[in-house]
Amino acid sequence: MYTSGKYSSRGPALIPRMKTKHRIYYITLFSVVLLGLIATGMFQFWPHSIESTADWTLDKRSVHDAPLIRLPVSSPIPERGDLSCRMHTCFDVYRCGYNPKNRIKVYIYPLQRFVDELGVPISSTGLSREYNDLLSAISDSDFYTDDVTRACLFIPSIDVLNQNSLRIRETAQALAMLPRWDKGMNHLLFNMLPGGPPDYNTALDVPRDRALLAGGGFSTWTYRQGYDVSIPVYSPLSADVDLPERQPGPRHYFVLSSQTAIHREYRAELERLKEENGEALLLLDKCSNLSQGAASARKRCYKGQVYDYPQILQESSFCVVLRGARLGQAALSDVLQAGCVPVILADSYILPFSEVLDWKRASVVIPEEKLSEMYTILKSIPHRQVEEMQRQARWFWEAYFSSMKAIGLTTLQIINDRIYPYAARTYEQWNNPPVVKWSSVNSPLFLPLIPPRAPGFTAVVLTYDRVESLFRVITEISKVPSLAKLLVVWNNQNKSPPEETLWPKISVPLKVVRTKENKLSNRFFPYDEIETEAVLAIDDDIIMLTSDELQFGYEVWREFPDRLVGYPGRLHLWDHEMGKWKYESEWTNEVSMVLTGAAFYHKYFNYLYTYKMPGDIKNWVDAHMNCEDIAMNFLVANITGKAPIKVTPRKKFKCPECTAIDGLSLDQTHMVERSECINKFASVFGTMPLKVVEHRADPVLYKDDFPEKLKSFPNIGSL
Amino acid sequence: MQARKKYVLLGLCACCWLVLFYWGGGVQLRLLRLLTRHRGDVMRPWPNWTDRAFLPRYAHLDELQTDPGMAESPRQRRQAWSAIYKDSRCRMETCFDFSRCRRRGREGFRVYIYPSEKNDRVSESYRKILASIAESRYYTSDPREACLFVLGIDTLDRDQLSGQFVPNVDERIRGYPLWNDGRNHLIFNLYSGTWPNYTEDLGFNIGQAILAKASLNTEHFRPGFDVSIPLFSKDHPQKGGERGWLVRNTVPPRRKYLLMFKGKRYLTGIGSDTRNALHHIHNGKDIVSLTTCRHGKDWEKHKDARCDHDNLEYERFDYQELLHNSTFCLVPRGRRLGSFRFLESLQAACIPVLLSNGWELPFSDVIQWNQAVIEGDERLLLQVPSTVRAVGNERVLALRQRTQMLWEAYFSSVDKIVLTTLEIIKDRVFSHISRNKYMWNYLPGGLLVLPEYSTHLAHFPFYYLGLGVTPGQEFTAVIHAVSPLVSQSQPIMKLLQVVSKSKYCSQIIILWNSEKPPPSRSKWPPMPVPLTVTDGRRKTTSRFLPHVAIETEAVLSLDEDTVLLTSEVNFAFLVWRSFPERIVGYPPRSHFWDPLKRAWGYTSKWTNDYSIVLTGAAFYHRYYHYLFTHYLPQSLRTLVDRTSNCEDILMNFLVSAVTHQPPIKVAQRKQYKELPSPQGTKSVPWANPEHFNQRQECINTFANWFGYMPLVHSQFRLDPVLFKDQVSVLRKKYKDLERA
Repeated sequence: MYTSGKYSSRGPALIPRMKTKHRIYYITLFSVVLLGLIATGMFQFWPHSIESTADWTLDKRSVHDAPLIRLPVSSPIPERGDLSCRMHTCFDVYRCGYNPKNRIKVYIYPLQRFVDELGVPISSTGLSREYNDLLSAISDSDFYTDDVTRACLFIPSIDVLNQNSLRIRETAQALAMLPRWDKGMNHLLFNMLPGGPPDYNTALDVPRDRALLAGGGFSTWTYRQGYDVSIPVYSPLSADVDLPERQPGPRHYFVLSSQTAIHREYRAELERLKEENGEALLLLDKCSNLSQGAASARKRCYKGQVYDYPQILQESSFCVVLRGARLGQAALSDVLQAGCVPVILADSYILPFSEVLDWKRASVVIPEEKLSEMYTILKSIPHRQVEEMQRQARWFWEAYFSSMKAIGLTTLQIINDRIYPYAARTYEQWNNPPVVKWSSVNSPLFLPLIPPRAPGFTAVVLTYDRVESLFRVITEISKVPSLAKLLVVWNNQNKSPPEETLWPKISVPLKVVRTKENKLSNRFFPYDEIETEAVLAIDDDIIMLTSDELQFGYEVWREFPDRLVGYPGRLHLWDHEMGKWKYESEWTNEVSMVLTGAAFYHKYFNYLYTYKMPGDIKNWVDAHMNCEDIAMNFLVANITGKAPIKVTPRKKFKCPECTAIDGLSLDQTHMVERSECINKFASVFGTMPLKVVEHRADPVLYKDDFPEKLKSFPNIGSL
Repeated sequence: MQARKKYVLLGLCACCWLVLFYWGGGVQLRLLRLLTRHRGDVMRPWPNWTDRAFLPRYAHLDELQTDPGMAESPRQRRQAWSAIYKDSRCRMETCFDFSRCRRRGREGFRVYIYPSEKNDRVSESYRKILASIAESRYYTSDPREACLFVLGIDTLDRDQLSGQFVPNVDERIRGYPLWNDGRNHLIFNLYSGTWPNYTEDLGFNIGQAILAKASLNTEHFRPGFDVSIPLFSKDHPQKGGERGWLVRNTVPPRRKYLLMFKGKRYLTGIGSDTRNALHHIHNGKDIVSLTTCRHGKDWEKHKDARCDHDNLEYERFDYQELLHNSTFCLVPRGRRLGSFRFLESLQAACIPVLLSNGWELPFSDVIQWNQAVIEGDERLLLQVPSTVRAVGNERVLALRQRTQMLWEAYFSSVDKIVLTTLEIIKDRVFSHISRNKYMWNYLPGGLLVLPEYSTHLAHFPFYYLGLGVTPGQEFTAVIHAVSPLVSQSQPIMKLLQVVSKSKYCSQIIILWNSEKPPPSRSKWPPMPVPLTVTDGRRKTTSRFLPHVAIETEAVLSLDEDTVLLTSEVNFAFLVWRSFPERIVGYPPRSHFWDPLKRAWGYTSKWTNDYSIVLTGAAFYHRYYHYLFTHYLPQSLRTLVDRTSNCEDILMNFLVSAVTHQPPIKVAQRKQYKELPSPQGTKSVPWANPEHFNQRQECINTFANWFGYMPLVHSQFRLDPVLFKDQVSVLRKKYKDLERA
């Protein structure tokens, strides 16, 4: 546009100097240029239409439109899978590289239809519904990339889920023809039904070079630990049948066997068990009077009585999953879906996703040889454990078995965890059902340590302008033997702190931090000046605590470094009339919070408060200028699952010249506001994390008839 | 002319553009794609086929449910397997004779050690391994009842160039009548192969024996059969062992150095690829990676240009100082895959960054290493700095604590390493009574969790928080009775009344350990709760037998003459529910180190701290009964029975060893028994000085067996919130406690 503008403005002046034939020449030239530019511009502003038409054609494609590829007879065949392959020998990590998201990129080959020279397809089914679901789930996931050069993992669109429908040799040739095959490096194949008659190999028979195999039914001899991924055999019933989750608990039957093709030796064994134990066992078989087909797959019979499958599985505590010719059985998926605890009898079978799932908590694995002891073994499992297993089984199905999407993405996540082990998901993330994740705690300070006394603690005093009282507090605290440093957080922006010479002279370093805004959260900021783990948060008007009491508090904190250890205790109560939480500061027999007007805690909680406080609590506290201590109590209790420790007898927290906590607390509006805080925080946390206890910590010899001078902390509890 | 040139140029440009536009559609398209992607519409490359609904199933339901079935009988197949899958393809199913371990649980798992011959040289490390087995509860001296066999021949060092190398192993083991091609044998090895290849070959045919070996390669590792053990030095302690170096969780958790390495550089041969490259990541500031060429006799022969400079730099830093002050420690492979460095960094709470491709990590069957170490890849050495830099503070904190947990649970002594190996094998043999991954990977670790007690997590005192459950609301009182019942005013009668009045009491068990037979039912007062009398067979340890009658998680252990109030019982129980893994009770005692006698001392004096709470009036989890009876060695329990003393101290040792925490003393009461009445003729045992001396001895014997002093001191007791506060007694829930 700019060029043409220049032409039109400067043009007339130039033209007279040119010869006519030149002029015509130039005008034509520039018209062409101009036209070109306009055309370009038009296309530039039409990207959507181009794109959407492309999309439109893409979306309206049928599987049969996929390009047809003819395999020459002499086309190369990959080598058989190499059993010694491991991630560090057969996998090219450079393709995955370092990546701030720690996520692998997965490329899916576009669909092609392979046929041999005679035009016969390499697979009798072609693309199956399940494999299509799997690939579209992956392409919708964060793992997907359409840029083949950036991919770390390649997934062929050749469906090898069921080996029965494949022509082995031709499928192998087709794999080798993939443009990035490169000896199968970084290629992932999904297979659920491996092997074929008569000996049924436990891994896919298709030669596949170094490709990784996500297989259903690996045995310990074919599974390359840390390389292959063991996946479930998907049961199509998962999608067709809706089995609502049942509460864990005892069921009508104790053990149930629902598989139809059990080897007669095993069936005889099961019959014998049934004879011995009667009604507790239900031994189902095919219905003889039903014809083959979908209907028969959904029915099971016992002595002429017909049961619906898989619904009947919900009526039993344990369900037998025996190996057949193959190790992996689709019945496992049905059993888990029903919330029935699988009893797996398949020697050498690598259970699905066993790399990350703890099957001992969801199933019972019994050696085939011990089938006859099955009943006794199962009876010895405690009831509560059976219930946990039932819940766990159902959760495994929901999270990892229920759809091809779940299976596919779990597989990718496992491979991802191997490539970025430092970002791997934890045991809890894989194994804990949501209800446990919700109610359990994994304290970030889980190691039982009693830190040494020597580093001492840092006292952090939040102050605004009560200088006199502040100075008294400083003088008092400085007498505590384990005090390492005193940090004054000056929260008043309008007034400067007193000059250095005016401050009390104390033997430990004293630092003053000036804040930018008068916010309560400043008291919990993880200042670099705090060099000890132990922090004593103290208000500038708490002068009634003796040095013995403070030192004792520090000693108690050392034994509970993951808790709040403080002096004034408070309680929350459920108000039945109002149907909400209430704050209580009266003389109660219970404690669920300690005020941070005087409390020891780990510096780690400063980080949590400042950076990890859930929801808008932090802003809420700053806006209301209240409840920062309640918020801290919520935070610590929520992450550790433990109650705070109140130390030493209750004092009247009063000082002559200031409004003390108690003075304030007694104020009715204050109480209402604090109650509001509790309700607000409980709703943000989604639960009430506070724990109520009836104890406080006193020195061992407190109030004992014992010479005072021999007590470590004699001066405690004086008013 | 100027203008003309300008126009020609312009024209050419335009032509180029046009050409580009018409022929270079690809460029445009890519540009478009980039633009659209920025707008958030990610291309959906796997199409939504129009005929998706008509696609065939991958398998028919029939095909899935009606398995084709096997022609051969499963029994025959299993037999055939053991012929096919042997030696390098051994698995428990095919190479292990389960029938030798037929008896269930602990009883079925017995380990026999071949007697060593006179002129055998046994290395220090192997001697420790054998001693650990011989002292373990699995040891048997009778080969007929053994399930597992351990050689007397030292097989730790199979490097032919080493002085510890034992020749002719092959011939000797062939001579063993029980060898049976190695079935049910366990072979320990730390070093295999030799210069230059350091193969995994042991130099003799191990047949179907289980290999417990350091530096195992994943390729040779027989999964579910072999056990990978860590490399440990000959100075590794037999028992107890040093604690981890982490004493406090500093925040932010970063130390002075980010990453460190100090070690040999191999100029040639196996492992040199990795070690030779290590200097690349050295930056002298937060990453210190030091190598020296100075090792071996003829290092100067292979010396390269870097050597002199590296050697100088190497001397500037101290290894121990680096260990203490580094967040991450590089653990690259040496000649072999594992190195001492691994355990050293684990103990030092310096998070190991492994560069040892193909190393099957120690006890990989059960330990989830990715929660404690950074598994690097030798090929990606140069990425290591950015990788470890990217590890967040939260994770550093977690990884570091986990190194300590694992160190103390499985590695700090030879005892632990050997026992872990045995327990892993035992878990395989009795797979349905075995530990799950949670038990292995969470405090207090697998060795202290006995699956024969229960396989259910909620039955143990340690996992309540992790599972999100709370301890039960009831307790069982176990009263230890030694004196015959003569009058209705005996202290035990009063005690029964007091305890049964507690609303949390579900049952009372009287453990009858008197010389007289237990009195008939009618002699006992009527109770609101069930009362059982069990015969303790006059053994003191019987008070900690895991009686099946105890159904509640909490046990209240009482002496017959204990004096308590119902409210004291209630209060202690509520405190126990907050600390279910500890002993919570009344009578405190303390231990101390006596520098003059160079021994541990015991005191019952009133002191400012305590480390023991006597089980004459204490709550604890019933699991500790099981642990007391089955985890502790027979020798200690015999000592207790012989002296009729110290059982309470032993219990405190045990619980503190499990928790690393002190017990908890509640409320003011210390004297839990009535003072001996002056007119009393019988002397009370605990007032006897002999009794006291025994206790002193016990403490030392116990500390000796544990290998360290597990007891921990505490300086506080837990009182009711309003205890002795100046408020009306009407407000106080536990007002009785103030009078006690």
